[in-house]
Amino acid sequence: MTVLSPLIDHFNYFIIIFLMVSGLYIVVARGNMIKKLVGLMLFQTSVYLLYLSPGKILGGTPPIIDENFQVYSNPLPHVLILTAIVVGVATLALGLALVLRIHEAYGTIEEDEIFAAGDEDK
Amino acid sequence: MISSNLPALQVVLPLLGAVLAALVRRGPIAWLIALVVSWTMPAIAFALLRQVLTEPDGVVSYALGGWTPPLGIEYRVDLVSAYILILVSVMGALVISYAPRSVASEIAPERQAWFYTMYLLCMAGLLGIAITGDAFNAFVFLEVSSLSTYVLIALGHDSRAVLSAYQYLIVGTIGATFYVLGVGLLYVMTGSLNLADIAGRIGDIENIRPLLAALAFITVGISLKVALFPVHLWLPNAYAFAPSVVTAFLASTATKVALYLLLLSVAAMIVASVVAVFQANIKRMLAYSSVAQIGYITLGIALITQTGLTGGIVHIFNHAVMKATLFMAVGCIVFRTGVVRIEDLAGIGRRMPLTMGAFVIAGLGLIGVPGTVGFVSKYFLVAGALEKGWWWLAAIIVISSLIAVVYVGRVIEVAWFREPTAAIKDAGKPPLEMLAFTCILAAAIVVLGFDTELTAGIAARAAEVLLAGMT
Repeated sequence: MTVLSPLIDHFNYFIIIFLMVSGLYIVVARGNMIKKLVGLMLFQTSVYLLYLSPGKILGGTPPIIDENFQVYSNPLPHVLILTAIVVGVATLALGLALVLRIHEAYGTIEEDEIFAAGDEDK
Repeated sequence: MISSNLPALQVVLPLLGAVLAALVRRGPIAWLIALVVSWTMPAIAFALLRQVLTEPDGVVSYALGGWTPPLGIEYRVDLVSAYILILVSVMGALVISYAPRSVASEIAPERQAWFYTMYLLCMAGLLGIAITGDAFNAFVFLEVSSLSTYVLIALGHDSRAVLSAYQYLIVGTIGATFYVLGVGLLYVMTGSLNLADIAGRIGDIENIRPLLAALAFITVGISLKVALFPVHLWLPNAYAFAPSVVTAFLASTATKVALYLLLLSVAAMIVASVVAVFQANIKRMLAYSSVAQIGYITLGIALITQTGLTGGIVHIFNHAVMKATLFMAVGCIVFRTGVVRIEDLAGIGRRMPLTMGAFVIAGLGLIGVPGTVGFVSKYFLVAGALEKGWWWLAAIIVISSLIAVVYVGRVIEVAWFREPTAAIKDAGKPPLEMLAFTCILAAAIVVLGFDTELTAGIAARAAEVLLAGMT
């Protein structure tokens, strides 16, 4: 039990790290540009969770002032991540737009095929 | 009223200008807006420097929206950030003055207003990074400048420009996310996002392992952004296929601003210099040379002595001036001939003597010939290395400079000592304003090479501030 207890106590962080690494793996391992973007977003989202997790305080209520409650969850991470989500959405939108333009120019969104075509041009 | 709100105006004006430029949708008017805003920026930056110099503690602090730091977002101008603000705003103003014809020849008319919109957004982001005292706010500005940079690169007329922009987007986003990750860990450990506040609280932390992880993430993230060796691969492609004006601006400012946040590169200097020698495309050659030059800057920072740090900081400025000149000269050549292969530039020096003259001066600066700004920074770097007794390091700086002789010399040989080809003979003179701003920067290389008070003087004081903050 003692071996497992750190795992159970911090299970949220293990999930976050799993998501983070799998996202990064997709970015590196996949040649399809859309799939790369999916991996990138998975990676980013896991970081959002990393921020939100420590903001939750056990037994804490939403941060609204009320004399019956003294323990509040930390609202600041939520505000920060709201900003980060906006940035993430903008990045994704721009990434997809670029992929569309690449598809128009090359007729494919597989990196291998584009680079193979690029070599022939030279 | 205005003077007390200068820190906010420094960022808000380009943001508003970007919106205006997007709304008018007409290229020439958008350029006028960008021009006015860009020339206001150095005025504000110099006014801020004056305020910093008159403040007793040398810091101008501005509480954004009236929320007092560390709870609210703080804009904080000290000598170092004032230096970066001046660098970015002056370069931004010079490049935009040079831009319109080069932009007109490389970007479709209906897209030109977007170009100026993105240019202003990029500037707002870069200035924001330099001025903010809040770690998360810095991330937001980092992404503002990055996203607009991806668009600027994608505006290049070559279809490979879009591909480079996509690759840069992937790497840049990973870098930025690493940075947020590090900031998140710092926040969890210290409970603060204000950089000065974090620095004050960091000493109280007993368990330093998360702290080291945070710093590792931040360092790797920013290294990706500034194209530090060995994670530099995105940079040469992005520079080669972007519009000329974009390259001139980014090469001189963007990678430097991220370095400001970072504050190994012996390998970078040598390897990137050697790779530069073997490039056929002149823009790629200059881009690899940038990777090497950024190596000098980090080298200066890594020395952590007064002299070394001065060399690193002064080289941030000097490299910006030299690279902007080189890329602007190349921009003039591309504008008239459309040629980017070094072999095809035969005899261009006889056809465009002023443009290539500027190129030669800046090239000599890269090598570090006395009388140019390049010599000033190399002098400080070598002196810094010798102070520590690291003879081998001084030798490596000299060797890497000698490699610069090879790649700059190759261009000079082709441009001046070969018979012009038919295509070159028919090329017209570059437009006056493009030529004029290229020559002004070339002149600055020589003038600042002799008069080191402005650059090295401020850099030395900035180095003092930084070293005092560390101990």
